[in-house]
Amino acid sequence: MYFGLSEEQEFFQDNVKKFLADNASIEEIRKITSGEGQELQSEIYQGIINLGVNALLVPEKYGGLGLSLLHAVAISQALGNGVGPIPFSGSYVMAPLAVNLGGNESQREELLPKIASNEIRFGIGLSEFVGAREDAGLEIKNNKVSGRALFVMDAENSDKIILSTKAGILFLIDSKDKNLTINKLTTVDKTRTFHELILDKVNCEVLEESTKDIEIVKRVIDAGRIILAADTLGASESMIEKAVAYSKERKQFNRTIGSFQAVKHMCAEMAADLEPCYSLVWQAAHSFEVDSVNESRLLACQAKSHLSEIGKSISKKATEVHGGMGFTDLLGLHYWFKRIGLNRQILGAPEIVREEAAEIQGFNQ
Amino acid sequence: MDLEFGSEYDEFTKEVESFCKEYSNAIITSSNDKKFEMHDALSGNSNEKSGKIVSRSDWQRLLIEKGYFARSIPKEYGGYGGEPDIIKSRIIATEFSKHKVPNAMGGQGIDMLVPTLLEWGTEEQKQKYIKSTLHGETIWCQGYSEPNAGSDLANLQTKGELIDGKWVINGQKIWTSTAQFSQMMFCLIRTEPEASKHAGISFILIPMDTPGIEIRPLVDMTLKAGFNEVFFDDVTVPEENLVAKRGEGWSVANSVLGHERGSLANPNATMNRLNTLINLMKEETIDGRRLIDVPSYRDRLLQVQGKVMAVQAHSLRLLSSKINPNQNVKLGGMIQKLVGTELRHELEGLAIDIMGELGTLYEDDPNVRDGGSWQFTYMYFLGLIIGGGTNQIQKNIISERGLGMPREPKVTAEV
Repeated sequence: MYFGLSEEQEFFQDNVKKFLADNASIEEIRKITSGEGQELQSEIYQGIINLGVNALLVPEKYGGLGLSLLHAVAISQALGNGVGPIPFSGSYVMAPLAVNLGGNESQREELLPKIASNEIRFGIGLSEFVGAREDAGLEIKNNKVSGRALFVMDAENSDKIILSTKAGILFLIDSKDKNLTINKLTTVDKTRTFHELILDKVNCEVLEESTKDIEIVKRVIDAGRIILAADTLGASESMIEKAVAYSKERKQFNRTIGSFQAVKHMCAEMAADLEPCYSLVWQAAHSFEVDSVNESRLLACQAKSHLSEIGKSISKKATEVHGGMGFTDLLGLHYWFKRIGLNRQILGAPEIVREEAAEIQGFNQ
Repeated sequence: MDLEFGSEYDEFTKEVESFCKEYSNAIITSSNDKKFEMHDALSGNSNEKSGKIVSRSDWQRLLIEKGYFARSIPKEYGGYGGEPDIIKSRIIATEFSKHKVPNAMGGQGIDMLVPTLLEWGTEEQKQKYIKSTLHGETIWCQGYSEPNAGSDLANLQTKGELIDGKWVINGQKIWTSTAQFSQMMFCLIRTEPEASKHAGISFILIPMDTPGIEIRPLVDMTLKAGFNEVFFDDVTVPEENLVAKRGEGWSVANSVLGHERGSLANPNATMNRLNTLINLMKEETIDGRRLIDVPSYRDRLLQVQGKVMAVQAHSLRLLSSKINPNQNVKLGGMIQKLVGTELRHELEGLAIDIMGELGTLYEDDPNVRDGGSWQFTYMYFLGLIIGGGTNQIQKNIISERGLGMPREPKVTAEV
């Protein structure tokens, strides 16, 4: 019996962490998020790709590494930890899963090797399946899609985008389709990109298996939620480390502020809140591979919801420990605050996800 | 990640499972019934009793004979005498919980004194006390806290002097649960007044029927749990009742304190209690609507469930770290008491909230739900948040020892 990340999973995690520590300092993150560091961003992106993250979840028979969702969780923690300004959850977790689960054999043979070799990059947008805002929603008529999709993940520089109808039918469109309008959304979190898509009779290719089973899109969302929970886990861990480090340096009243119980207790509360979260997120990822759909979905929902709540509380307290400096752009702590804030809302805010968890358990019967 | 215990444990699991089926929902009778009145609610056991009836002492003996209790305590001291096996202990705990089999007796004698004597006691002390404690024949109380030695426990002042080969003890202890039922007390006594604060304390065993001991009940807010104040007026006990050396009492006490903190918040009990709460919410109604169908109640339930699932997963990680010593979960162990007691308090409080006015019923009111156990446990866990090292002290420990934050500077003189 062993409950935790394996040596191999820790190896991936450490590599990503180290790469970000060496190449994505606060100054570099600031440059990228202000839109002036495109070259820098491609270097970081390429560096992370060189570590093999794109091939991670592609099965070996399609040229990938065939590794587990827990590997992806280990990486996602590292990306959250360093606010990695690159696509991951959408392009390299949800997209390969959507193709692998939703595609027929020829679609898998055609697309998965290209993900593994990074010849094709995917964006993915499932927000309307989870809960459509405004008039968003997509309809397929005669193999053409029309409508609007919001908060499409990782669509920037993508070649193709995976979307879903409300009924859970997954399909691909070409990111360069002339009938497609893509608008970049300005969110608080500038370390990742989110887009609005307006489709007017855009050509699409339906992922065939997804027409037979609504479970497929739900499984992709389960995985996405676990990965976002892991991102929040890593980002929260980093915020606690920063708060503790700052409290040991900053002096007031001739003492380091970390010697005041008011500050110590905030840090202890953060650590006590976060510590069980590692276990919950890891168990959810493990369960995704081995348990029944309902068991693993409950864990995925609870991991997403619980990490959203804990992340919110930690991002507030860690900022407070920094005092006025925590509020400044200078320190850059807000990148973590905002990343956690965005993770909370995407693919289902806590209340929505908890309602799903209640349904899974038959509480409505 | 590998959550399987391995096929070598299959047979053992089957054996435990068949025992558990036989004793599912068993009723354990005790001459101290009053003391165990709310035991089930605290340990998360079901209160639907329909199984076999066994006396407390027979139950203890049966569990030891099977190796389901006192498993790794040597046979010569009344234990089962098995090799320590964390996985087997876990299987026992899980199966007992799953099949609603009552646990063996706990309490401070079993949880704290027995491990203390195994580590520090003389051969004679081990022979004399361990077996009768395990069998539930000797009940112990703990004499640590004093009116002026709470969070600052090492400030204790109860005095012991060695006169003519006997300890003569004077002073006062407080928060002594079960003192009124106990045959013995293990006690921290200041025996070296010249030594520094921590080095002046000794660990001494005191028979509760010794002349000069006065027990005054200290009623707590539940009106049920029963603390006491214990006064010592020239209480005289034999010199050999000292455990370890003079002045080593602080080290002796600290060697088992960590164990108590972990045991205050058993995640299996919390999960069982959550399931009882879910059933309650399906049965109880407001305006004819099931409580679980009220969205705001349901959302609070789901929030608590997320926390319970997190601590349950966490207990698996802690178990794993015992099996795989290279796994580092230092911080993970330190947070248990803080997180576990706060969570139970929240969970029990939610049950009261969803019942509204009915949730305030208590004791023998004919309309009370689950024997008043929700209110009782809600208050009891507030006691546990304060006791066993307050949760504020826990936060000091987590921040100083876990996060490496500096200690509060010592105040040198009172102003």
